[in-house]
Amino acid sequence: MEERKIQLPLDEETILSLKAGDSVLLTGTMITGRDAAHQRLFETIQNHQKLPIKLEGEVIYYVGPAPSKPGVPVGSAGPTSSYRMDKVAPILMEHGLKGMIGKGNRSKEVIDSMKKNKCVYFAAIGGLGAMISKSILNSEVLCYEDLGTEAIHRFWVKDFPAIVVIDSEGNNLYEIEQAKFREAE
Amino acid sequence: MRIVHTNTVKDAVKNLFIEANFDIGESVFKVIQDSIRKEKSQLGQSVLGKIYDNNILAKKERIAICQDTGMSVVFIQIGQDIHFEGDYINDAINQGVREAYEEGYLRKSVVRDPLFERVNTKDNTPAVIHTSIIPGDKIFIEVMPKGFGSENMSTLKMFAPSAGIDGVKQFIIDAIEKAGPNACPPMIVGVGIGGTFEYASYLAKKAVLRGPDHKHPDPRYRELEEEILTKVNKTGIGPAGLGGLTTAFAVNIEVYPTHIASIPVAINISCHASRHASIEI
Ligand code: SF4
Repeated sequence: MEERKIQLPLDEETILSLKAGDSVLLTGTMITGRDAAHQRLFETIQNHQKLPIKLEGEVIYYVGPAPSKPGVPVGSAGPTSSYRMDKVAPILMEHGLKGMIGKGNRSKEVIDSMKKNKCVYFAAIGGLGAMISKSILNSEVLCYEDLGTEAIHRFWVKDFPAIVVIDSEGNNLYEIEQAKFREAE
Repeated sequence: MRIVHTNTVKDAVKNLFIEANFDIGESVFKVIQDSIRKEKSQLGQSVLGKIYDNNILAKKERIAICQDTGMSVVFIQIGQDIHFEGDYINDAINQGVREAYEEGYLRKSVVRDPLFERVNTKDNTPAVIHTSIIPGDKIFIEVMPKGFGSENMSTLKMFAPSAGIDGVKQFIIDAIEKAGPNACPPMIVGVGIGGTFEYASYLAKKAVLRGPDHKHPDPRYRELEEEILTKVNKTGIGPAGLGGLTTAFAVNIEVYPTHIASIPVAINISCHASRHASIEI
């Protein structure tokens, strides 16, 4: 499988060129966040308060890493299911978020917002936490430290393996590939 | 009567959780290799290959296979001729979990209250402990760090007897279609049929523990397992949900007598990172 090397954060031209089915190796920086962090970001926006991080141009990885052993930046760090972030994702895209990395399908609202805001959704393969951790060079807590594994981190990554599953036009690789192998009864 | 100190149980639980999280075990390694040969999707094959490599890496470098090192489920069978010395047995088990998750650099994923606050207990306790008393003077412990991507896709339904075998089959297929990529396929599907509402769930979890290589001893159920597995693998979901023929490694059914008014059916789904370890003391 041919892999495209992609630099993070994503620029507009790259986003538009990424198509469902592209295997990519991501290098650069991303932020992390899952259920609890999304809930806090949501409440902050609802209350018209200032966000603790900038979202413009960022890619967010839905992950709660395992603790790091001494001498390594991060423990096992594969993706968590994305649907649990669907309620908040469109609001974050309105605030400038350009990419999401997780696993599993997204709601229609998320996909509509991705098309409108020109945003791309990558899947990392679930259950590859040990392997994926090798592509994370450094990790630092940005905010919500009290949430432990659920805190928002910045990750510095090199050749982080992912696949474009939903592109900025809304093409969905899960649907395309599953249909090829589905045998109707 | 045999006297066993609860520290023995604590240490066993600790070692089992660490081992289970680092080493997926022979049966899963083997079923992944078999599936690579049978998989027709190129992308699916490459995903299976990566899963295999990830599990090798985790074992070699002693890193958690998956960052979701689960909620800690413990099945302990205690011979009725055992007398425990030391702590309350459940405290010893929880202490074993605490030490495993600390020393093994495993993720602590348990919140104290399911509804209010949801504050992390920071040591992955309490475990979910299933105790049963068996004849003899041995102790058998089986542990399962259960990830919740797949646990969240599990389900239960109380059928009327008229729903019959076809109703049960459809229910299982529907659950797997709904789970899709979220459950990190290829899955091991545990199905508990019979008993009561809660017992069917218990059976489903026991069924997952059988792993990919233990078929049901009753030929009727063995055939049913095969038939449902074939259907599941025709859904097209495939490895990681990216399309293919390997949606599940196994469908395991456990049964128990039930009431004249019902067919309770519980489905407990495990992801490909189907981790477990056991020991006899
Ligand atoms: S479903 Fe299993 S493999 Fe997937 S993220 Fe959860 S524990 Fe890991």
